Amino acid sequence: MNNEHRTTNKLMSKTYWQHYSHPADMGIRGIGPTKAEAFAQAALALTAVITDLKTVEPKEMVEITCQEQDDELLFVSWLNALIYEVATRGMLFSKFEVNIKDQQLQAKAWGEKIDVKKHSPAVEVKAATYADLKVQQDKNGNWLVQCIVDV
Amino acid sequence: MNIEKLKRHSQCQWYIEPEGKMRVPAIIFADEKLIKDMDEKVFEQAANVAKLPGIVKASYAMPDAHWGYGFPIGGVAGFDPDQGGVISAGGVGFDISCGVRSIRTGLTLDDLEPVKAKLADLLARRIPAGLGSRNKQHLSRGEMDEMLKGGAQWAVEQGFGTKDDLQYIEEKGRVPGAEPKYVSDHAKERQKDEVGTLGSGNHYLEVQKVSEIYNVDCAEAFGLHLNDIIVSIHCGSRGLGHQIATDFLSRMVKSAQKLGIELPEKELACAPINSDVGQEYFGAMCCGANCAVANRQVLTHLVRQTFSEILSKSNLRLLYDVSHNICKVEEHTVDGKSRKLYVHRKGATRAFGPGHPSLSADLKKAGQPVLIGGTMGTASYVLAGIEKSMSLSFGSCCHGAGRAMSRTQATKRWQGKDVIRDLAQKGVIIRGASTRGIAEEAPGAYKDVGEVVDATDKAELAKKVAKLEPLICVKG
Repeated sequence: MNNEHRTTNKLMSKTYWQHYSHPADMGIRGIGPTKAEAFAQAALALTAVITDLKTVEPKEMVEITCQEQDDELLFVSWLNALIYEVATRGMLFSKFEVNIKDQQLQAKAWGEKIDVKKHSPAVEVKAATYADLKVQQDKNGNWLVQCIVDV
Repeated sequence: MNIEKLKRHSQCQWYIEPEGKMRVPAIIFADEKLIKDMDEKVFEQAANVAKLPGIVKASYAMPDAHWGYGFPIGGVAGFDPDQGGVISAGGVGFDISCGVRSIRTGLTLDDLEPVKAKLADLLARRIPAGLGSRNKQHLSRGEMDEMLKGGAQWAVEQGFGTKDDLQYIEEKGRVPGAEPKYVSDHAKERQKDEVGTLGSGNHYLEVQKVSEIYNVDCAEAFGLHLNDIIVSIHCGSRGLGHQIATDFLSRMVKSAQKLGIELPEKELACAPINSDVGQEYFGAMCCGANCAVANRQVLTHLVRQTFSEILSKSNLRLLYDVSHNICKVEEHTVDGKSRKLYVHRKGATRAFGPGHPSLSADLKKAGQPVLIGGTMGTASYVLAGIEKSMSLSFGSCCHGAGRAMSRTQATKRWQGKDVIRDLAQKGVIIRGASTRGIAEEAPGAYKDVGEVVDATDKAELAKKVAKLEPLICVKG
């Protein structure tokens, strides 16, 4: 299972996602030079809970918007908005573009319809939770966002 | 768990005396081995639940308790609406009314053996399971609201099953108080093609055999004999329940802030029962409960059809249907007085004793059947409610094995195809869409359900009746 993916962007700051252990479920984490990039990485981690990201082709685009009173609530709302699109469109997403301004998030997500043979989905994600929830910036300015997802 | 900070009241009762903001004690039911192996987080979370407004008697944790969100999994708490008591979306969880239904088949092991592989294949084809699976039956908004109000009774009216089935479901298959108007459009949208689908993760459909009888009288009353074939279904309210929980957690986190309710962690999000948010959540959650029993009822219909194709002499009759993630309004005697409480069971099963008014006439003497799900490689158990648990835990007991290992650890340790092969050698046929999903659910990733059930019996929360071993397991 592919549970970590690292790339290095132009600014040489690390942009990647991770899964981490929780006794019953799964922790997802996104790290990036901006809050928006960290949110996008966490979205990749979310898809990787379900399937191998490499199998999901970015064929169709869906727009997602959400708004909350603080960063932490916004992060959970973003993931739950994605979970809703996965559930109702029957799609998986593998490419994200996220913009955040004044606690308002606008995003584009690219993916394709679920094909059980091609994607062999391991689990369905029920929801993003407030458990172990973090949206924080380190002293170098990098952002880390994380929470537990219920599967 | 470090047991030095606990006070042992009896062989299987461990107290956390009230300290700081705890309003009542927390009581953990477990034997010494289970409590020593238990996550420290259970201690913290059970103590946190004891801090919520209006909690009555104690915050309880069952022998299978482990780290959850806000409430521990295996947590039980009752709240009094007249004492400022709260209702908690976190205390019910994301899979509202997730539960287990067991069905007798009228068949024995000898009937099944010759057609076992054929039945496994046909069940895997007929039961919609896993992400992206849809049921052929699409519900319009009007039909959706009828389903949310009617539960399993609605399903039976639609031709899925018989009126007799309803006698063996908690609240006869329909929870009163469901208010579809408080269920968001998003939640309804997620459910429109999902009625009669199994889901994924730890949800399953199993064909099992009765491999041991511990209590002959109760087994007789439940219609269980050695080598009988049983079907058990573990699933919940699907996308609808997940979305109701998501919607109301978000609202309750914000309303708690406004009302000055201190939440030790956000997942404990709650609202006073006597508040708009509290009442709207209750109305929506009851819809989730009805959705779950309707779902299990439609699945039962699919199982019946599948069995009748291969085993024409089968006669599938419900043993019972329990919900183990739920809040129910129940009458309980506290200090000699009867009080109406909102009892939350988060990964805990109702276990009402003999004579309880909710039980049908044929179960009155034996007590409520309690269905405990195991893992695909071990066993499940049938227990019976006993009178004592009414005073010990608001008539509640454990719900399953509980994970001992995370999904990431499990996939590092096991390959799905090895799990399938090992179980095949033990005579268990596994059918599932994803080998990674099967590795995540490997039997070794769970606690020993036998130990949990023994501790439950020893703690007098319920008594052991029979053991069920898997023969076929369909995973989502």
